[in-house]
Amino acid sequence: MTKSASDVSVSPPRRRSKYTLAPLVLIAASVVLFALFFIWPAVIGLVYSFTNYTGVGAFQFVGLDNYSTLFGDSIFFDALTRTLLYTVLFVPLNFVLSLLIANVLVSKHAKGVSVARVFFFIPWLLSPIVVGVLWRWLFGENFGLVNYLIEKVGGSAVPWQSNADLSLIVVVVAASWAWTGFSMLLFIAAIKNVPTSYYEAAALDGAGPWRQFVSITLPSIAPTSFIVILLNTIHGMKEYPLFASLNNGGPGTSNNLLVQYIYQTGFKSGQIGYASAASFVLMLILMAVAIIQLMVNRRVENR
Amino acid sequence: MTTTDMPRKVDSAHGRAVSRKRPGSAAGGGLRRAIPATTLLWVLAALYGLPVLWFVLSSFKPAGDLFSLPLTLFPHDPTVSGYKAAWDSANFSQYFINSTIVCVIATILTVGVSCCTGYALAKYDNKWLKVFFVGILATTMLPGEVMLAPQFLVVRDLGLYNSLAGIILPAVLTATGCFMFRQFFLTVPDELIEAARIDGARELSIFLRIMVPISRPIMLTLAILSFQWRWNDYIWPLLMLNDPEKFTVQIGIQSLVGAQNINWSVVLGGSVISMIPLIVVFLVFQRYVMNADINAGLKD
Repeated sequence: MTKSASDVSVSPPRRRSKYTLAPLVLIAASVVLFALFFIWPAVIGLVYSFTNYTGVGAFQFVGLDNYSTLFGDSIFFDALTRTLLYTVLFVPLNFVLSLLIANVLVSKHAKGVSVARVFFFIPWLLSPIVVGVLWRWLFGENFGLVNYLIEKVGGSAVPWQSNADLSLIVVVVAASWAWTGFSMLLFIAAIKNVPTSYYEAAALDGAGPWRQFVSITLPSIAPTSFIVILLNTIHGMKEYPLFASLNNGGPGTSNNLLVQYIYQTGFKSGQIGYASAASFVLMLILMAVAIIQLMVNRRVENR
Repeated sequence: MTTTDMPRKVDSAHGRAVSRKRPGSAAGGGLRRAIPATTLLWVLAALYGLPVLWFVLSSFKPAGDLFSLPLTLFPHDPTVSGYKAAWDSANFSQYFINSTIVCVIATILTVGVSCCTGYALAKYDNKWLKVFFVGILATTMLPGEVMLAPQFLVVRDLGLYNSLAGIILPAVLTATGCFMFRQFFLTVPDELIEAARIDGARELSIFLRIMVPISRPIMLTLAILSFQWRWNDYIWPLLMLNDPEKFTVQIGIQSLVGAQNINWSVVLGGSVISMIPLIVVFLVFQRYVMNADINAGLKD
């Protein structure tokens, strides 16, 4: 093994390039899995997105046809807009709820924190399918608990399932409810890392709880906030199981999201090439989201 | 910092700060501030707990009582007929066995592969390891959902279509798992390895005899996470399996809900049954999950 002089001078004990076999054996399984299930699909996915492949038999290269068809496809655009709308509603709601709950949970004044924490965490354990079933049961139009309570206090039944916007909102609330436990854990770890002396100094200067939260907590946990927003955005962009079990993308097809669209075109109608093109559009969006957030994050941290 | 140690350390720092502050504030002031904070906490906890409570209690109502007005929280005469019907109706016991097989095997493989990979990434210094690390991080950008079609074709061409192996294998390598172990092994002092080398230990036996045993807390944390991911998986098993004998629990439940006329009694029973394994795992290992410093880009 060759070592450059500069490498040696920097930190001699940490340089161990002389070992090749051991690390190779250790990562062998990972490399095989990585090649099989990430590299290979990514490459053929990109190739197929330029073809009219149906999953079986021969196929032809069609150039950018899939992509240009995609941009004229109103069903695709509806799915895309709906997905963006869902994400734009879900991410802030989840953010506010989990940050609020994390703050209450680390508060030294609240009693019963360790028991309450379990209440917030259990929804995260449930599968999206069960979460969907549960909220469908709560928000049933004729039989659900929510409409029953609304009628009890003198309101009239709300069309949670048959109004497209309302049924999207039910999914947004359900998703925020289910994902709070996870975001909350990240926030709790971050808030506990803020030095207490900051708060003591602020309290001496006469800053109230809200002022302390805005001036100390929020800036201190900014890196975690970005991780939470990034993960939730990615999660929101690929949501499907929750819709499948809550309202099946309904009423009608009004809440079919991107992943469902990919699933429908690729596997129900056998247009693998076309679905691959749609997948790559989704991937580009996810990458753009990640890059924008990394840039914003860096700027905030450098300030 | 080790993944499990850190929150504890911070906790104690917090505790000290609190106790230093306490004598200064009047006892009455403590109570005055405890009431709003505790009330807010428990109102929120109730909002999060009630849906599950209502759901679980409803599952014990006889089918005829489910919609009888006025709705009541507690079942008048509790029954497990919904559970029985779910268990018998749609081959549920088979789904349960399938899900268990998938979860157990995938979790063992995930922990094993992540441990080896994480150790290599943390403790060896080769250029190609760094390249591979970037590759693994890139998988977080390329989640399975955006590669549904090509990944399906690959797994089909490998001859794994309609087999449980087709669900398990693509799920084994996770960025989160590798990353958790890498972060942990970075905190293990290099001197430990050097000393073993001087004693003449071989590289792989250092890993197996020293490193694997000390990483047990990370193994448990990842095992719980992996079990949760695999138990709750839906879309990939849905694509991979077409033989009802091989369905997993989630597909089973979704097929009950997808029916034209939902038999709620059966759906509620089946859903609650499907929650039990995870709730049990969680309650047993709660402290590991709650202490995990899962700051590192968690995804499955």
